Amino acid sequence: MANPRDFEVAWFDDIAIADRPAVGGKAASLGELTRAGIRVPPGFVITTHAFEQFLANIDPGASVRSTIGALDPDDLDAISRAAVGVRDTIRKAQLPAALRQSIAAASRKLAASETAVPVAVRSSATSEDSADASFAGLQHTALWVRGEDQVVAAIRDCWASLYSTESVSYRLRLRLPEQHCAMGVVVQRMVNAHCSGVMFTRSPTTGDRSVIAIEASWGLGSCIVGGEVTPDRYVVNKVTGDIVNRTVSQKSLRHVPGLATGGVRSEAVPADLQGIACLSDDELRGLALVGKRIERHYGAAQDIEWAIGRAESDEEGVFLLQSRPETVWANRAPEPVAAAKDKAFDHVIAALGRKSPGRP
Amino acid sequence: MTARKSFQLPSEITTVPGAEGWEDMYPYYTRFRPEDDKRFWFYNSMHFPEPMPAFDVITAEVPYSAMGAYTTRVFAFPTALGVDHRIVNGRIYITANTVSDPKEIERRYKLFHERAGFYYANWSRLYAEWEVRLRALIAEVDAIKVPQLPEFEDAEVVTQARGIAQNHYLRETFHRCIECFSKMWHHHFEFLMLGYGAYLVFFQYCKKAFPEISDQTVARMVAGIDVLMFRPDDELKRLAKLAVDLGVDGAFVDGQDGERILAAVRKLGEKGKRWLAALDQARDPWFNISTGDGFYHHHLSWNDDLSVPFSALPLYIAQLKAGKSLERPTEALKKERARVIAEYRELLPSDGERQAFDQMLGLCHLVFPFVENHKFYCEHWFTTRFYLKVREFGALLARTGVFEVADDIFHLHYTEVELALADLLLSWAAGSPPIGRAHWTPIVQRRRKILVALKPWSPPPALGPIPESIEDPALQMLWGITSETLASWSTAPDAASAHEIRGFAASPGVVEGVARVLMDVNDIAQMRDGEILVCPVTAPSWAPVFSKIRAAVSDIGGTMSHAAIVAREYGMPAVVGTGQATRRIRTGQRLRVDGDQGIVTILSE
Repeated sequence: MANPRDFEVAWFDDIAIADRPAVGGKAASLGELTRAGIRVPPGFVITTHAFEQFLANIDPGASVRSTIGALDPDDLDAISRAAVGVRDTIRKAQLPAALRQSIAAASRKLAASETAVPVAVRSSATSEDSADASFAGLQHTALWVRGEDQVVAAIRDCWASLYSTESVSYRLRLRLPEQHCAMGVVVQRMVNAHCSGVMFTRSPTTGDRSVIAIEASWGLGSCIVGGEVTPDRYVVNKVTGDIVNRTVSQKSLRHVPGLATGGVRSEAVPADLQGIACLSDDELRGLALVGKRIERHYGAAQDIEWAIGRAESDEEGVFLLQSRPETVWANRAPEPVAAAKDKAFDHVIAALGRKSPGRP
Repeated sequence: MTARKSFQLPSEITTVPGAEGWEDMYPYYTRFRPEDDKRFWFYNSMHFPEPMPAFDVITAEVPYSAMGAYTTRVFAFPTALGVDHRIVNGRIYITANTVSDPKEIERRYKLFHERAGFYYANWSRLYAEWEVRLRALIAEVDAIKVPQLPEFEDAEVVTQARGIAQNHYLRETFHRCIECFSKMWHHHFEFLMLGYGAYLVFFQYCKKAFPEISDQTVARMVAGIDVLMFRPDDELKRLAKLAVDLGVDGAFVDGQDGERILAAVRKLGEKGKRWLAALDQARDPWFNISTGDGFYHHHLSWNDDLSVPFSALPLYIAQLKAGKSLERPTEALKKERARVIAEYRELLPSDGERQAFDQMLGLCHLVFPFVENHKFYCEHWFTTRFYLKVREFGALLARTGVFEVADDIFHLHYTEVELALADLLLSWAAGSPPIGRAHWTPIVQRRRKILVALKPWSPPPALGPIPESIEDPALQMLWGITSETLASWSTAPDAASAHEIRGFAASPGVVEGVARVLMDVNDIAQMRDGEILVCPVTAPSWAPVFSKIRAAVSDIGGTMSHAAIVAREYGMPAVVGTGQATRRIRTGQRLRVDGDQGIVTILSE
């Protein structure tokens, strides 16, 4: 795509990481992964350009941003009052007709033959990744959304979440300029995952770059992300593919599509599945390979959300739902572990000359 | 689980019932003394998993005298002297002597820097010379002629005026055997500590750079592909293929002994002859491989007992006929090793760290041929020839009536053998019968009983006060003992550990299956497809079963042991160096082998 900023809707195939200002962090990343050949559930993004048009419609005097931006970060009451007003306006406002048509057309294209394919509608804020990752958690996500009206409502909810009290006070505290604050919204086919989870391409506990830590549980990933279940934990050696640790936990809950109402619901995991590993060795190695590919693509350790579709469906296998740069270890600057010496054997002579070879 | 401050003290160990008098089997300097209660000792289960026959303590005494000489006196390792060893209830405990005074360390460091530096700098040349010397030493021990003490001396003693009768040579040749053995062990340690030092440094570097890396993964980067220890098995595979190619494979019947198979091949005319010629060629030197690890007299070589290779040949022939390729995919293995190295290297965050990685790993690859190949020359080839020679002395002593049977010699310390030989050479000269039989027979009989009584004893892994810190390079290097090992030993066992056996995680993966405990490599024909092999030591002799089994568990061996290397090549889980698997596991039990954590769990009775 020449420049998604000029369009209201952009497909993942057409966007890359550089398009982040136009589509938000999440969409830019999903586009980048799609273009890198990683299997991402197909989808499109309502661009920030569309958001700006929508905002201009409901706020012709362009007062929202300046009002919000002028609030005192410590005055939570004032923030709360202002934010509620903006959210109400966003939720009640009609979408511009052209935008509504674009979304409808894109939704039909996404659904292919099906009438109403379940989708995830996710916020994709422009500031998402540059700021603290916890900011992402403040944004709205709607899962298993069906039908055009529901999708449009969910898009409005995403936009509105940009003006949640928490989001606004967060931006104010970090002094993020309100003028640059915009939001794309991802509309993406949902995988009816039989199992899903997260993966770090670097050990979250030791920072080891040679391992991939995977957490997995039954059903949709919202269950793990929301902390409702203790997932299985696995460690896979990135280089050899060896599975070096498996800790299988009792997974009593899972999220499944709430079929009638849309959204997801919790249900008990059948007793015979609760205590068994939800990933096979082959699936673990497959996931690790995908993680390794993404890390290579970005040249930095990643924090990834994934799902595995049900066997013998056209969703069988691994899907990538999200990838963000790992921030905890990346922001540390450890001392080099060793430096070259004049002669190779100087390393040995030095080490054996000390009382404690393990310590400098 | 509660941690203790001290292990059981040496003085608190009581004699195993039925083994009273075991002390007389071993020299006075191997006995624990009261002051030894103040020192920390650990059981060397890695090399000595069984109670020691009196003669076999030579494989502790001589190596320790050689190792200590090199660390303490020759290279002057800054912080490490040698080890003291003690025997209790037939088991060998050792403690390492270290240097802690910084001034002393500094003084030794200067010498060490020069001397170790010289060996590292000239490693390849010195190692090439070493191989020549070792071959010469093996030839020397082979050439020793045990005097047979005939009724009358040969005429040449007179016509060539030799002036010395055979009974003199009885002592001299026995001494030469012991001297060659001692020289071999000196050469063994000439390079070994420096070689292990290179490993140690690279291991430590990898652990720091990649905190979660396993020993076995580091070992994969270090281990060479073309090493001598693979040759005996490769030769066997070659012979199997030749048998199939020549069409003489029908003679190789599973379960039949070597002599009968050989007789059958001999009847096969020209083709049989060609196969036998190939066999003879392979035997020297490649069948000089021990069925154990060369530390006990009963670890025979393939050449001593052809039934071992001949029980493997039918397995290989069957596999060939089933269309399996037996060849080690050496090119693929080399490529895979190169890939693993390149990817780890790539993961390092800076060029400086990559250069250090290259240097340390390069040094490992320089020393690896010695570290791996010395085992073939020393523990296998030399030691099996040495024991063969000692057995000849035993046969002579039995023939002349000093002993009842030749193997009695292994129930005497080598200094006691000296007495028996003195008895013989005197009586031969005097023309009277030797007195030894009446003296030695009850002693040997008692010692045999003592060994049987000692066998089921479970030696504590360590004795004496737990040291505050044990970050000693020598201990870590040779026995893998760190503060962590001690912590796990000093923890009182919980309920789970009754079913758990811990060892070194040698090859990754977790599998469950049925155990087959094989004490003797001759029994490999009993192995069924998909079983888990539980054995004392997986020397290269055991290689033929690796294509049949699901996992391997051994009493002896470390992450860099041959068994570990082979298991990794076959991609099957292995736990080695458990010290006790063959004693605690019975054939037919269901096991879980966790090659990632180094744990074997007994799942069913």
